[in-house]
Amino acid sequence: MARAQPRAAGDWSTPYRAVIGSRIRAQRSYRASFALDLFGSLLIGLAEFAEVWVIFHNVRVLGGLDFNAILLLFGLSNLAFSMADLLVGHVDNLPTYVRMGTIDAFYLRPQPVLAQLVTSELSLRRLARIGVALVALSAGLTQNHIAWGPQVVAMLVLALVFGTAIFAGLFVCAASLQFFLINGSELTNSFTYGGSYAASQPASIFPTPLKMIFGYLVPVVFTAYLPTLVILRLPGPSGLPSWLAWLTPFAALWVWFVALRLWRWGTRHYQGGGG
Amino acid sequence: MATATAGLTSFMEVIHAESNRSAQLRPPYPEGYVLAFVRAQMRTYGQLARAGFRRQSSYRLAMVAGVVTNIVFGFIRAAILFAAVQSAGGTLAGYTRDTISTYVWLSQALIGAVNIGGSGSTELSDRIRNGDIAVDFTRPVDVQGSYLATDLGRAAFTLLPRGLPTVLVGALTVGLALPSRPWPYLLGLVSVVLAVSISFLCGYAVSILGFWLVETRGLRSLYMVTSSFLAGLFVPVGLFPGWLSTLAHATPFPSILQVPIDIISGHVVGTEAVKTVAVQCLWVVLTCLIGRALTRDGLRKLEVQGG
Repeated sequence: MARAQPRAAGDWSTPYRAVIGSRIRAQRSYRASFALDLFGSLLIGLAEFAEVWVIFHNVRVLGGLDFNAILLLFGLSNLAFSMADLLVGHVDNLPTYVRMGTIDAFYLRPQPVLAQLVTSELSLRRLARIGVALVALSAGLTQNHIAWGPQVVAMLVLALVFGTAIFAGLFVCAASLQFFLINGSELTNSFTYGGSYAASQPASIFPTPLKMIFGYLVPVVFTAYLPTLVILRLPGPSGLPSWLAWLTPFAALWVWFVALRLWRWGTRHYQGGGG
Repeated sequence: MATATAGLTSFMEVIHAESNRSAQLRPPYPEGYVLAFVRAQMRTYGQLARAGFRRQSSYRLAMVAGVVTNIVFGFIRAAILFAAVQSAGGTLAGYTRDTISTYVWLSQALIGAVNIGGSGSTELSDRIRNGDIAVDFTRPVDVQGSYLATDLGRAAFTLLPRGLPTVLVGALTVGLALPSRPWPYLLGLVSVVLAVSISFLCGYAVSILGFWLVETRGLRSLYMVTSSFLAGLFVPVGLFPGWLSTLAHATPFPSILQVPIDIISGHVVGTEAVKTVAVQCLWVVLTCLIGRALTRDGLRKLEVQGG
């Protein structure tokens, strides 16, 4: 091809590293605000945990899981969600780009629009939530009696990698719909943030319709609940047997299949609006 | 005259029309002037509230989106709290399945109106950051008061279209325990208006800190989490352990959500209900004064560049 690039231009990751570097410098320039931002993000993680904690202050078992098991569930779902949020969560900004018309510039560059959008930002404050999730996960892994073996390790890796992929796919689904939902961005929160909220609960407490929605349509039970059952060797509720956890990669595939279809549909629907 | 101004949509025009009118009303009787001034002020705030109402009413899709999201979260929250009530043996801190369901669905219905965790308005903090706030201060109307009036108008529109479908879905799917007499609803309405005001005034104070911090997003997200948690958005304040409950009640936040729900649902009745509304009034005054003090000090600090 004619687009031979000089060696000095670096490899594929150079532009991404440049963007990340600039984002880090930019976010550190309002120091007081960045510190508060980080602290606010930390507090969001803690508040979500506090909710669980307050409930367990009142009861000992919820949906067949005790507090230690919930720690593991909370850690897994939050780690996957916060990593997806760090990597692609900023596709949330799409409505602003569409409203301002700045999305047009993305169309003009010789790169896929989605790839540009994903690499356009990295919100460091989101690291704080990853921290909270890591602490909860470590506590969950040490407090429970886990029969460690290759099976448990494999399950953990599957859950974290494909759990992150599931949430990332949901963010992309949400962003795709923004091409249609002018001013209706809140709608998609119901399956991104709502999905994350549902993922951190034992799915056995859900009535059947919710179980089916979060089990098969927006398959967030694959991110944490099913893996937790496998790791702790617990049986699943009716309709969600624990062996399904091994199909987590397929759940991620399903989400990304829908996400990419929606994205294609959305980017083609967009006709430009700004000046 | 009122119909003529009803056609105006932008706040600027409303304010200018009103200030011109109060200028015409100035001559010569001192008492008449005070009265006319008060009346003109009332009319200004009325117009601002109406403008806020109308602005909100033009975002139809946003409203539908909000309702759907509130309902989805309502289902998840209801499932969690039902499981907790069941696990506790039928009653949990005085809540039964029906009363906790009422709690969940009323809180989901009120979130939009009281704009829980919202910092007054993102518009306000944007205007502080980009300097447009200077224009607001040149207007012949109180900044805090005018934003409050607009927010009350917004809430008035939000209350029914966002609240009613949510409560209905809750009532039809899982069942609610609502009082049959009118008294809790009437007092509840007063309580909701006070809750909207407290929520706005707290958020206003947070946004005004932008005079010192410039970028307040971190502070606002901090505020959002703390206030919505202590307001009882995730779990009712009644389920908090003792120390956390004491901490919550030392803040205005339970008055934003827990109190109006308790009153509408009949969880708190009689003199106890009147007492909690009185506490809400106290918080309105207090948060208003804090906001005003911060505005006064902040203005001394404000520096707008360019022109």
